[in-house]
Amino acid sequence: MNGYLHLWLIPLLPFAGFLINGILGRRLPKWLVTTVALLAPLASFGVVLWSAMRVWPSTEPDLPPVVMPHLETIGNWLGIGTLHIDFSFVLDQLSLVMLLVVTGVGFLIHIYSVGYMGDEEGYARYFSYLNLFLFFMTVLVLAGNALLMFVGWEGVGLASYLLIGFYFQKKTAADAGKKAFIVNRIGDFGFLIGMFLLLANFGTLTFSTIGTMLGADPGWHGGVVTVIALCLLLGAAGKSAQLPLYIWLPDAMEGPTPVSALIHAATMVTAGVYMIARTHILFDHSPFALGVVAIVGAATAIFAATIALVQNDIKRVLAYSTISQLGYMFLGCGVAAYSAAIFHLVTHAFFKALLFLAAGAVIHAIGGEQDLRKMGGLWKKLPVPFAVTTVGVLAIAGFFPFAGFFSKDAILYAAFVQGGSGRVLWFVGLVTALLTSFYMFRLWYLAFMGQPRHEEAHHHATPPSMLVPLAILALLSIGGGWIGIERFAGFLAPSVGARGAENGSAQLELILSIVAVAMALLGWFIADLLYRQKPARPAELAAALPGGYRLLANKYYVDEFYGATVVKPLLAISKYVLGWVVDVGVLGGIAWLLAGIATVAGAILQRWQSGNLRSYAAWLAAGAAAVLLFLVVPWAALLAGLTSLHFGMAGH
Amino acid sequence: MNLFSQEVPLSWYLLLSAVLFTLGVVGFLIKRNLIAVFMSIELMLNAVNLSFVTFAHQWHAVKGQIFVFFVMMVAAAEAAVGLAIIIAVFRARATLAVDRIDLMKL
Repeated sequence: MNGYLHLWLIPLLPFAGFLINGILGRRLPKWLVTTVALLAPLASFGVVLWSAMRVWPSTEPDLPPVVMPHLETIGNWLGIGTLHIDFSFVLDQLSLVMLLVVTGVGFLIHIYSVGYMGDEEGYARYFSYLNLFLFFMTVLVLAGNALLMFVGWEGVGLASYLLIGFYFQKKTAADAGKKAFIVNRIGDFGFLIGMFLLLANFGTLTFSTIGTMLGADPGWHGGVVTVIALCLLLGAAGKSAQLPLYIWLPDAMEGPTPVSALIHAATMVTAGVYMIARTHILFDHSPFALGVVAIVGAATAIFAATIALVQNDIKRVLAYSTISQLGYMFLGCGVAAYSAAIFHLVTHAFFKALLFLAAGAVIHAIGGEQDLRKMGGLWKKLPVPFAVTTVGVLAIAGFFPFAGFFSKDAILYAAFVQGGSGRVLWFVGLVTALLTSFYMFRLWYLAFMGQPRHEEAHHHATPPSMLVPLAILALLSIGGGWIGIERFAGFLAPSVGARGAENGSAQLELILSIVAVAMALLGWFIADLLYRQKPARPAELAAALPGGYRLLANKYYVDEFYGATVVKPLLAISKYVLGWVVDVGVLGGIAWLLAGIATVAGAILQRWQSGNLRSYAAWLAAGAAAVLLFLVVPWAALLAGLTSLHFGMAGH
Repeated sequence: MNLFSQEVPLSWYLLLSAVLFTLGVVGFLIKRNLIAVFMSIELMLNAVNLSFVTFAHQWHAVKGQIFVFFVMMVAAAEAAVGLAIIIAVFRARATLAVDRIDLMKL
């Protein structure tokens, strides 16, 4: 007898919060809005924790045990012919880990938002969107089939759009929201095509059934599986901001900083990695698609890291670093080390949420300034943000006892032991680690060290509601990696397979770890050299390499390239072909034609309206006479060719 | 068979009704005075009443006779309203010629 966990509560509680705050929020007192907004994710997190306890063996002996993967079907959603799609939620090792991160980190960021958004207008609107996001994200994670996952997938995109454009009166924010939405559509197109191909070839969208079918028949190899996997990869690249669809994420920083932490660093952008891990059986059956995933990941990692080197906006540095770290996760997936990728996803959620929230605290404290060049020397004024940022920087750079070390190391190790092209990927990852360490310490030095370069005006105190989540996330960033990849991979193995942890030796692992930490130290050393010892040097370097600096500062001109090759032609087609030819010409022409017919007919028929009573009466009499004639004399009807109507009426 | 005890045939009544109705229609169309037009309408209504009564008698059905009462009642109400309108029109325009009361034109 399998127990029942009421998994439906996990998404529905935040949805209730969304409804309450979304509909009534403006009329409710602020404390009530806060209570609802915080209770919803807390209750959801509670259900997740309770479920985690229930699936743990040898606990709660009175209750029936729950065996993973645990499926709960709420009801049938679609039934078309032989196709049946259910509202089914799956709790397995993978979704459990993901749920803990989403609701746990999500709850912390909700608490932080209370302090951060306290003075803002649209407080209730903000929290209703945030709860809506959690609803869709948990649906995405729990979904037992691709279509339900797609609902969550689109929903988090919607929430992301709403929150990026939260300050919708600001044009850049509204534009950034639209950009995120439109670029994601391209990825969603891939996801959709992938689903159609799954339906056409497997006749089902249920993940477990597809897995069984692929496992039962070794004939599924390459070919159509590769195409499906590549389509899904396109979807994942859109959501997780990978090359070539990463361009929306840096602009998404227009949203409030807690949103950047929750949606654009910790949870939503990792949905692509989660989706690949969820459908990993397809990728396992297509070495080519897997190779593409690895290459996309590695290329994105180093590409975004180089851009991050020269950004001056603190949030943009973090945004590019997020893209780069997501690249690591894709790299991990690409070498079939899914558990390593998910491990990095978890630790990254901790330390990147921490870094964003700390950056938010800094921005909040110095009155909305985001430019690193105008910060400096903040360590004395903002000791807590300084301390937690230090933890975050050490974690992301991959220093030993911190969380990032364990997960990044696991990915690099998995790439290295694959051999062959894996060595190249490992090397790219290693260089990226060096760059990561450099740009994070650059941020650290520019923001907190050196002389203050900002006005002393408006310094806000940081409220405790912001400090507590920072402290918890800092602890997680320090200790989160100590689970260790072996235990983590062992736990996840039933969900994603055990590949990626074999044929190595402890000695090799140690050597690779030392190399990676050495790279991180080197990055720190260079940053120290450039931004502490010789602060004039960066400007000199930029002047010495004007071409390279400009290329990086302008982000490789990718936005400009897309603008010229995609956006401009599209706008031109919309304006000239669709706008002028179709809209003005065809549709407008039809409208004018109809209006013309009505006008001319009206001008002719107008003559009947003579206003002369006797002419009206004459027409009335003539009409009555005609009806009489029609009814009484059959041949009149024959003449009019209305015989059937006549007999029909006569029959009554 | 006594000539006087013989009933008048149905068709005679109907013919009379049709003649009266036609007279009403023609009067309605050609008369210029508003009061004459109004009287023509009354004539048409009574022509219809006649055929109602005829059929009621023929089929021994009381419905037709009831209907006649309805028509008379409506005609009475109409006469009251119609005459009031005619007086109002005359006061406003100092004429009752139908041709000159054509303000309903667009």
